[in-house]
Amino acid sequence: MGPYRTLIAFQTIVVREIRRFMRIWVQTLLPPAITMALYFVVFGNLIGPRIGEMDGHRYMDFIVPGLIMMSVITNSYSNVVSSFFGMKFQKSIEELVVSPVPNWVILTGYVAGGVTRGLAVGAIVTALSLGFTDLQVHNALVMVAVVLLTAILFSLGGFINAMFATKFDDISIVPTFILTPLTYLGGVFYSISMLPEFWQTVSKVNPILYMVNTFRYGILGVTDIDVGFAFTMIIGFTVLLFGYSLHLLNKGKGIRS
Amino acid sequence: MNNALSIQGLRKVYSNGHEALKDISLDVEQGDFFALLGPNGAGKSTTLGIVSSLVGKTSGCVKIFDYDIDTDIVKAKMQLGVVPQEFNFNQFEKVFDIVVTQAGYYGIPADEAKRSAEKYLKKLRLWDKRDVASRLLSGGMKRRLMIARALVHEPRILLLDEPTAGVDIELRRSMWEFMKELNEQQGTTIILTTHYLEEAESLCRNIAIIDQGSILANTSKKELLSNLHSETFVLDLAQPLISPPLLPGFVSRVNREGGLEVDIPQGQSINMLFSILSQSGIDVVSIRARANRLEELFVRMVEEGK
Repeated sequence: MGPYRTLIAFQTIVVREIRRFMRIWVQTLLPPAITMALYFVVFGNLIGPRIGEMDGHRYMDFIVPGLIMMSVITNSYSNVVSSFFGMKFQKSIEELVVSPVPNWVILTGYVAGGVTRGLAVGAIVTALSLGFTDLQVHNALVMVAVVLLTAILFSLGGFINAMFATKFDDISIVPTFILTPLTYLGGVFYSISMLPEFWQTVSKVNPILYMVNTFRYGILGVTDIDVGFAFTMIIGFTVLLFGYSLHLLNKGKGIRS
Repeated sequence: MNNALSIQGLRKVYSNGHEALKDISLDVEQGDFFALLGPNGAGKSTTLGIVSSLVGKTSGCVKIFDYDIDTDIVKAKMQLGVVPQEFNFNQFEKVFDIVVTQAGYYGIPADEAKRSAEKYLKKLRLWDKRDVASRLLSGGMKRRLMIARALVHEPRILLLDEPTAGVDIELRRSMWEFMKELNEQQGTTIILTTHYLEEAESLCRNIAIIDQGSILANTSKKELLSNLHSETFVLDLAQPLISPPLLPGFVSRVNREGGLEVDIPQGQSINMLFSILSQSGIDVVSIRARANRLEELFVRMVEEGK
């Protein structure tokens, strides 16, 4: 396939992915909007004033970046894992397997779909947050770069999960038992400087902490970690997961006998 | 003439140790209408699966219009349209979207993809269902949808795995007509696997019989049928019989309707049969060759192969 045909194939996958999550917007776009609005009301508005300041900012202002990032992480991951596994389950993945679309295009197409949903939900949550706080962007470049890279990274994570999954249970195990605890313990609701030193060290093993803090740095200008190190780590993991996903696709893991 | 498909020494051993294909070789000429026949588990779907990249091969060489699937997979795939045995489209997508999306996977621009989708959906009488979610189609419509999807990029070879399984007689006939037209007018090489030997007999020019992962025969239909030592004719009679009459030189039996089924050895004159029947006062109203001649041959070859 020449570059033009490859581009059309890529575009086809992305458009199909966007059409899918837009068709079921009640399942994909609405729930995170409701959940996050509740977080803003309960934690930000009701409990927040009693907590006081966190890292020199109102509690509401502190949690908003974390909650936006949490939506991006969850939605980019779940978009790819459910879409790709759904295609495997219905066997419609065979449409792609028999076609001449190169594997790297299939992978980037799904990732682009996941990123689009992650960013769409992130934008919805951001818009909602404006009803509760005035967002001041400290460093737009850092903010955009980290949210984009995080969405790519978790889309790749969702893709790998879908490649290995053989039943629907398998696509909820990772989000429930790994992703959710790591997100909640990743500094969304608190600064790790509040923790005893031992738990601060433990927290620094959690990759989500780096993403949330870097994003918060982009908005508020405060962070618990080194932003440069955070970017290195996120890019490193992204390259690693991309390579592994492509390897699985080339092997036909779970999609070719 | 170029071979549309060339398979050499193809072998497939699944991870559970089952050897589905044992070193098979076959060639399909460009423009051919080719059937791969065999009982369940013979290796038909595995063969088509390897050709269409859905199944990985253990060893051997597969070339599609001289493009080796190991070294020229993209070009090889561009030549193929695949209609699998099981429904494999997204049940929630609309008919039109499914076909247009498939064209997109082949790099066809949107306008051209929509025109091509319209052409094949109309030919397969699905145009009025274009905005319907695919899960709401009947079984026959779903099967036709898979054919339209496979043809949207105008492939030079169409692979059909049991295309008319579970399809009613009327629809089966109309699908046969469609496939014949595609083969004769567009020159599309058609390779199908089927259980319906009548289908292979009425459509295909060349036939391979496969059983337990080995090719038992690979020749023209005409030559294959010439291996039949006798052919059975069905005679409808004015007066139904209860028991078969004495017909020296022929083996006969009475069918459920009281007609006669007579096995006539190849090369033997049929006139003699009529002469004996006439002398016995048996009035023949009509005569036809029994369909499924291939079935007899198929059963015999598979039995001999065991």
